[in-house]
Amino acid sequence: MEYPNTKKKNFFLHVGDFFLNIGKGFVNRFVKFGTRFKEGSLGTKMSHFIMGSGNFYHKRITKGIIYLLLQIGFILIMVLNPKVNNTPIGYKAIVNFFTLGTNEGGLFTGPTDNSMLMLLFGVVTFGIIGIFIFTWNSSIKSSALADQLKKEGKPLNTFKDDLHSLIDEKFHLTMLTPAILGVIMFTILPTIFMIFIAFTDYDSSVIAGQHLFNWVGFKNFTNIFTGKGEIAVRFIPVLTWTLIWAFFATFTNYFGGILVALLINNKHIKFKKVWRTVFMLTIAIPQFISLLAIRLLLSKSGPINTMLIDLGLIKEGIEFLGSATNGIVPKIMIILINIWVGIPFTMLMTSGILMNIPQDLYEAAVIDGANRRQVFFKITLPYVIFVTTPYLISSFVGNITSFNIIFLLTGGGPAVPGGYTAGRTDLLVTWLYKLTIDEGNYNLGAVIGILTFLITATGTLLTYRRSQAFKEEDAFQ
Amino acid sequence: MMNTQAIEQNKKKRMGSLKREKYFTIIFGHLLLVVLAVIWLYPILWIILQSFRVEYNDQNQLVGIVVSHYFPKGLGVQNYVNLFNNSTFVFGRWWLNTLFVSFFTFIISTLFVLSVAYVMSKLKFKSRKVFLSTAIILGLFPGFMSMIAIYYILKAMSLTGSLPALILVYSAGAGLGFYVGKGFFDIIPNSLIESARLDGCTNAGIFAKIILPMSKPIIIYTAITTFMGPWMDFIFAKTIIGEKNRANLTVAFGLYSMIYGEQSDSNLFTTFAAGSVLVALPIVILFISMQKYYVEGVTAGSVKG
Repeated sequence: MEYPNTKKKNFFLHVGDFFLNIGKGFVNRFVKFGTRFKEGSLGTKMSHFIMGSGNFYHKRITKGIIYLLLQIGFILIMVLNPKVNNTPIGYKAIVNFFTLGTNEGGLFTGPTDNSMLMLLFGVVTFGIIGIFIFTWNSSIKSSALADQLKKEGKPLNTFKDDLHSLIDEKFHLTMLTPAILGVIMFTILPTIFMIFIAFTDYDSSVIAGQHLFNWVGFKNFTNIFTGKGEIAVRFIPVLTWTLIWAFFATFTNYFGGILVALLINNKHIKFKKVWRTVFMLTIAIPQFISLLAIRLLLSKSGPINTMLIDLGLIKEGIEFLGSATNGIVPKIMIILINIWVGIPFTMLMTSGILMNIPQDLYEAAVIDGANRRQVFFKITLPYVIFVTTPYLISSFVGNITSFNIIFLLTGGGPAVPGGYTAGRTDLLVTWLYKLTIDEGNYNLGAVIGILTFLITATGTLLTYRRSQAFKEEDAFQ
Repeated sequence: MMNTQAIEQNKKKRMGSLKREKYFTIIFGHLLLVVLAVIWLYPILWIILQSFRVEYNDQNQLVGIVVSHYFPKGLGVQNYVNLFNNSTFVFGRWWLNTLFVSFFTFIISTLFVLSVAYVMSKLKFKSRKVFLSTAIILGLFPGFMSMIAIYYILKAMSLTGSLPALILVYSAGAGLGFYVGKGFFDIIPNSLIESARLDGCTNAGIFAKIILPMSKPIIIYTAITTFMGPWMDFIFAKTIIGEKNRANLTVAFGLYSMIYGEQSDSNLFTTFAAGSVLVALPIVILFISMQKYYVEGVTAGSVKG
């Protein structure tokens, strides 16, 4: 049978295009700057030095004042270096970003340089400079546009027009700005900061504000292969288990969910809504409750072990989640319990898809004399698998970064002899959590975070470039 | 003649086998579903039962630890009473904290998610593709990686330990979770928007007067998921608020700290169970009554990828 045609373009080419476009954008910008400066009016020329002068030149006072105030504000911040928590923002922050502090301070000499805040404010200052360059460019642009309109004899936008455009042609700016500000503050800034931390020696021996830390280049990364210590010994085992876990978790849930959905949607099954609601319950109940309940149920002297002993099946309680030897039993249990957690989601999703299978596919098959088994294996199953392939890959990626199930069931244990942070069932993400939050080994945590990103990014690039949703988006609209 | 007879017979045979198959499905299918339902409900029912367990030891003290027998020797609401009378673990306060946090989280997040989803789906502007790629890339960094940096940013704003900080953490990045909403808006025909534009409607007018009224399913989906978040998260609550700051905890980490915290007490298990029931109850009711919208959202999100 024919599915919608998916034309294949190598995803490396897409990545290439992406960077090529960015490069082109930069070159175009520079060319534009030259021509604007040469051919612009006096106002446009002045705008390169004093923001808003182009607007004054074209008698658009309000806009000019706004630009001018922005420039004054920027210069004031850069020169005056306002301090937050004793650490400056401004040109000093740029210097501090490279030195990460020089004043170690003695026992009695008062506060020392705080490398962590210096790094953070360095990133903030770079951000402020970036936003300023963007505003500066837009000020020149607005003046150049006014020049052009004047030349063509068209009326200039008034300030009122500009405001009105915010609810019309530029409505996207109004809608996106608050959300983007939130993302910059609480996603982009922290992420960039942590990426930088991966290149420092900020570990548990450093207390920010009391000791300084320094740039160390790629040392933390190369340590995985050459060095000693936790990351060299435990990285490969944790990575292996993470991939094994993600593989089994994805496929058990996927096929389990499809089977349950098929069962519930079978036309002979009664009380469909009741069955569905039973599974829905586990989605609605917070995992810290349900998973802790399971952990307690399975504890060595817990109810399940007692029941098995009473039935005479075992003599002594089994350590389901904490076997001291090699961690095989907890690993199997985690995958099994994850079926309990995950099947309801897949079941819901496949139920929706099963109901939406185009009926003409079935009719055609029945006319051709297909029996029920053939219909199932030749139509239903391939259709479901085809439609859910993007989901399959993205849930694999999601499982790589799943946290709750490991953290709540085993806490990463059983421990590996040698005093390492990462236990036998730790995933990259739970290890990252322990390294940063529990131990304060921020640089190692950041390294793990970046490596996790590289793995998930590879998976996701494959998904998005292959999924028809992304490709046919423009054709569809 | 022979041929038609054979066909008749074949048909009868086939009908018979179909009937047998039908009964097999009915009996075996329902049996299987009952078994699955028992497995899926088992931990939940166990917790509910334990929350009503009231057993006393020889010294007439309440036994709250995990016990090996399933059925309580005494039933009562003593655990629920204790839950609200504990001076270390102030559950009533946590419950109200969580309600406060999740209310504002859901308002801010829903606004962010809907506006970003709509813009990404229906408005064409220059840097749209760049925004989309950036959003995908950002979503790939493990959330816990930047948690400690978020903590220090909040500290620089002198907000750590407060509930507004938690609201900021939960809702500030919400704009990145726009995929499901975008999938929903993609289905709305463009002709609807174009004809409104021809009538002289502004983009803001179209969004407010045409799009929002028909977006009930996606608004409810977003609202459910964002409202539920603060009731379930215990990691960010732990890091941002801190375990020592007991008055400002939310239910999830508060209850977790009863069992695994610094002042945990294994005799508090039945109290923990009672608290769990009181946390799960409102969410389950909300969730089950809105499940239609939730299912729509999950399906839309998955198929769009």
